[in-house]
Amino acid sequence: MEFIPKEQFMPAGTDFVLPETARPRVKGNGAWSRFRKNKSSVAAAAVIGALLVFALLAPMLSPYDVSSRDGYYKNALPKVSALSFLGWDGCMRRSCSQAACDYYRGIGLESGDPAVKAVKSQTRDENTGRFHYELRIDTYGQVGFQYVDLPAAEYEALRAYEEETGIQVCYPLPRYYQTVFLAVPGRANLWYRLADESKFTTGEAQNHDPNGEAAYVADYLLDENGEPVYAVANQTGYRCRVLYSAYYRYQTGHDPVHPFGTNQHGQDILVCLAYGARLSFLLALGVSVINFFIGIAYGAAEGYYGGKLDLVMERFSDILAAVPFIVVATLFQLHLAKRAGPVGALLFAFVLTGWIGIASRVRTQFYRFKNAEYVLSSRTLGASDGRLIFRHILPNALGTIITGTILMIPGVIFSESMLSYLGIVNLEASRLTSIGTMLSAGRAYLGSFPHILFFPAAFIALLQISFNLFGNGLRDALNPTLGQE
Amino acid sequence: MAKNRLIRYILKRIGLLVLTFLVIATVCFFLIKLLPLPAIKEQGRDVALILQRREAMGYGKPIYIQYLLYWKHVFRGDLGLGEQMYVGQEVAEIILSKIPYTVSVNLYAILLAIPLGLGLGIFAALRKNKWPDHVISTLVVLFISVPSYVYAFLVQYLLCYRTGWFPLTVASRQEAALLSIPMLKSMFPAVISLAFGTIAALARFARAELADAMTGEYMLLARTKGLSRAQLVSRHALRNAMVPILPMILGEFVGILGGSLIIEGIFAIPGVGSLYTTAISVRDYNFFMALTFFYTLIGLLSSLMVDISYSLTDPRIQIGER
Repeated sequence: MEFIPKEQFMPAGTDFVLPETARPRVKGNGAWSRFRKNKSSVAAAAVIGALLVFALLAPMLSPYDVSSRDGYYKNALPKVSALSFLGWDGCMRRSCSQAACDYYRGIGLESGDPAVKAVKSQTRDENTGRFHYELRIDTYGQVGFQYVDLPAAEYEALRAYEEETGIQVCYPLPRYYQTVFLAVPGRANLWYRLADESKFTTGEAQNHDPNGEAAYVADYLLDENGEPVYAVANQTGYRCRVLYSAYYRYQTGHDPVHPFGTNQHGQDILVCLAYGARLSFLLALGVSVINFFIGIAYGAAEGYYGGKLDLVMERFSDILAAVPFIVVATLFQLHLAKRAGPVGALLFAFVLTGWIGIASRVRTQFYRFKNAEYVLSSRTLGASDGRLIFRHILPNALGTIITGTILMIPGVIFSESMLSYLGIVNLEASRLTSIGTMLSAGRAYLGSFPHILFFPAAFIALLQISFNLFGNGLRDALNPTLGQE
Repeated sequence: MAKNRLIRYILKRIGLLVLTFLVIATVCFFLIKLLPLPAIKEQGRDVALILQRREAMGYGKPIYIQYLLYWKHVFRGDLGLGEQMYVGQEVAEIILSKIPYTVSVNLYAILLAIPLGLGLGIFAALRKNKWPDHVISTLVVLFISVPSYVYAFLVQYLLCYRTGWFPLTVASRQEAALLSIPMLKSMFPAVISLAFGTIAALARFARAELADAMTGEYMLLARTKGLSRAQLVSRHALRNAMVPILPMILGEFVGILGGSLIIEGIFAIPGVGSLYTTAISVRDYNFFMALTFFYTLIGLLSSLMVDISYSLTDPRIQIGER
């Protein structure tokens, strides 16, 4: 350099503008236009965005919480009032005997809100002469009436609410409200006796016209004046009989409607799913950010310095990569779950081996570029190792690294759901919800209430598909030289 | 000369495998031994038996002595006794008795997946960028992405609950022999649940490789020589495409020993995978240790198979050389 006359080295000054042709072409610009051309990737990105928004906003907008469990609305089917014409009405088909059919119809007759939405079929057994029904029953309406015990003050408040709004919540008590024979969950719904009383007391209602309202005779508890009784005093206050949906509205201020239904504990599935999705997203984000940095550091060191160091580091990562992930995850859970919590232990497990893929991508890129002319010339100009690594070589690898990091996310989400499904990661103790936990809890209800399983399964399937499509599009956009076909 | 080098390469890889396995096994051994042992629940003869065996395994002595004793026992085929599950029974025997179930289900799945996957992939590659290709490629992305347990739920719901065509779970060994028709029938839902993903993966791989092979310059040459398209594909393109496909299939075959933890759970297959999950949930460390080693070994073997078969099918590939 000393042979070049000094005056040729002039400071460029701050107002110096590079001519258009000399400007470095910013890689991102081309990538964006390439990405936009890939319609399915754009759609996938939109779906991912929508799922993210769902996970963030759904718990805020929903009146429910993960901890809110209702003992009566268990296994309720998905219901969206506005979409009930699509069959999204919380109803299910149930085959009923005559007595059960009477029971369900009785709810509607008294409350005015029929639990039986439709009679699908009515068949008669030739031998016994009994009828058998296929009914479409509202899983919310079937709860009907329930007994509640209220302290005196609350009972007064409830009556005042009825006065004020004109909504009837309390209904008269049936005559046999105390009878042991009726000590079953739905006993508050047996407000009637059938016209032919003897048949009812044996628990076997006779066959009669399925729509015959005349068969029902109200059978309330009456006071000395012959008026129906709405509440009786007990040790703590009053026992009264409420129309549960009205009482629910009175208590919570909203209708008992669950867009994705409820599970076996009466939890709202939509909210549980959103919380599970939050956990999945957060975990995946944490894992991929940490692995991003570890991978870059490790791969850059291997690739840039090479030689013995590379050999030793490669061996090390080879060995780590050979440990089955399930074993890593289990060992971390067994050792760390008490100290770092199950999610913390899971994060460590993902971080232990997750960076290897990224490190090897970085390493390959470094081998490719570290002896490139522009790097040599920069080195000749006295650039430091750090500058060469981060300013000159790493940007070349950024495309593949980012793709690798993004594509790690669905893998993490899948593995997390698998591990919590299998119970290897036990989140119950820390009161967390995850998609895997929901799946394993819903397993037992696959035959009877498939909706418990359907929504988390559909969510994870959609998420995986979108991430794969998105990742593919990103790979093609960021690494135009790789996937040209 | 080349053959010599190949043998040297294989030997080197096997040496590396043993070394890697030893390192992992050692670390895992110590990690598992550091866990607190749960109390033995059963009463009577079994407890005495387990305690006696623990004595022989050096329980209570320093861990490195236990470690050496463990290997000594492993070489005699002794992996200890079940302490929380299969109490008092030999771990090695139980694991061996589970393998046939895992292997048969996975084997059927692969045997179903290979023709379908390769067929679809080849078909798509030959119709590249026409509608059959687009349809297949889209389906492949869908089927690769969706987790296998989602298929399993779907299959179980549709084929077992709704229609009742198949039993809910795989028949137990009391109900049907392993290679009988009822067993095969009861395995069918599990088999297709497993096969979906493999079919898609194979189809994608085969399509990519064949499409790549079709663009080679030797294809153009063969075409100008006057070969028909069928000859071209079967003699030249397919052969070259098979070079990477074959190792992948071989790797899958080794992997079937491990089975699928989730699918085995869903369909109650009495296999290795469900054994592993149960061992963890009841904290039976003899089973856990043995299965950890087993899974590690399978993983290592399958990648070894892939690499070796690569260099066998294509002598130009020299993975050993750096």
